[in-house]
Amino acid sequence: MMALSKKMLEQEPSEIELLLPWHAAGTLNARDARRVEEALARDPELAKQYAAIRGEYEETIHLNESLGAPSTRAMQKLFAAIEAEPARASGSLPLSARISSFFASLSPRTLAWSALSSNASLAKTAPAITQPVLVIEYTGDQACFPSDVQRIVEAIGSPDKRHLSVRGDHHGRALASGEPPGRLEAGRLLAEWLQARFPH
Amino acid sequence: MQVLYGRHHVRVYRFGLRLVRDQQAAEDLISEVFLDVWRQAGKFEGRSAVSTWLLAITRFKALSALRRRKDFELDEDAANAIEDTSDDPETVVQKKDTSAALRGCLTGLSPEHREIVDLVYYHEKSVEEVAEIVGIPENTVKTRLFYARKKLAELLKAAGVERGWP
Repeated sequence: MMALSKKMLEQEPSEIELLLPWHAAGTLNARDARRVEEALARDPELAKQYAAIRGEYEETIHLNESLGAPSTRAMQKLFAAIEAEPARASGSLPLSARISSFFASLSPRTLAWSALSSNASLAKTAPAITQPVLVIEYTGDQACFPSDVQRIVEAIGSPDKRHLSVRGDHHGRALASGEPPGRLEAGRLLAEWLQARFPH
Repeated sequence: MQVLYGRHHVRVYRFGLRLVRDQQAAEDLISEVFLDVWRQAGKFEGRSAVSTWLLAITRFKALSALRRRKDFELDEDAANAIEDTSDDPETVVQKKDTSAALRGCLTGLSPEHREIVDLVYYHEKSVEEVAEIVGIPENTVKTRLFYARKKLAELLKAAGVERGWP
């Protein structure tokens, strides 16, 4: 194995050699990580190469960390541009209509993505929700199955929770041509629900 | 959006800065990236991590910005200068410090090699994720990083730094 890896430095690298950087970064799956560990244990030349890689790994992080962070100008520019977006400018619409149109414009996947980006886990957080909750489910959602929605509803701690189903695909689009998109109905139901609880 | 921005903007900025090599351009870049995300959130398929999606958008926009810069300048020398502002090996060796030399040589890699090193080591992207961000086959990802590391070893050797490999 030692002779083999030396030879491969001059010629084609071995599969294990190619994986060493990902092993250093800890991003290999368990099976590949085990293969690399075993190869490192029996091949000193490979271990030497791995030590060099560890150095590269640490200095790459050091180098990137030294680049600093963007100024607040970037954030101000971004949020000014978002404010100026015509689709989001709801003007003088009532709060319930603005909220419902905003959520109606988002797909469930977008909302799931928001949850993902904020590191929220419904399994952990739903029991702590005590405010009124409305859950709207699209009947043709192939990404979030009815049993998933049921579990989410059951996990919510609020005594005032309502679960409604709306015909539509996972983006709230129509399931068949000629049908209105599901998100219009979802928006209407949401506005109705908000109006009943927050009339002013 | 604020949560998303707060969580990812520094890494997106650093990735962009390593590509465009200009602070102001990198700041403009991240504003464009997150504005695009705001506009196109519905297109996010959820097949990959949000950070992978963001880095792919950043890369695309950075390369477009570099192309625009080159088109504007119509000057190949200036374009080359953008890509190679690093210390040369002679300068690096003067630093007499292996870590500093290593960082200098990392900066001296070609944009293609620098990008893959950053994605794997700093952004901790898997082979599959790098393939998705850069738009190349997984095997090419592995060999490209190997040759980036060989190039790094050559630069270090030229700078008089001995690491025991190769």
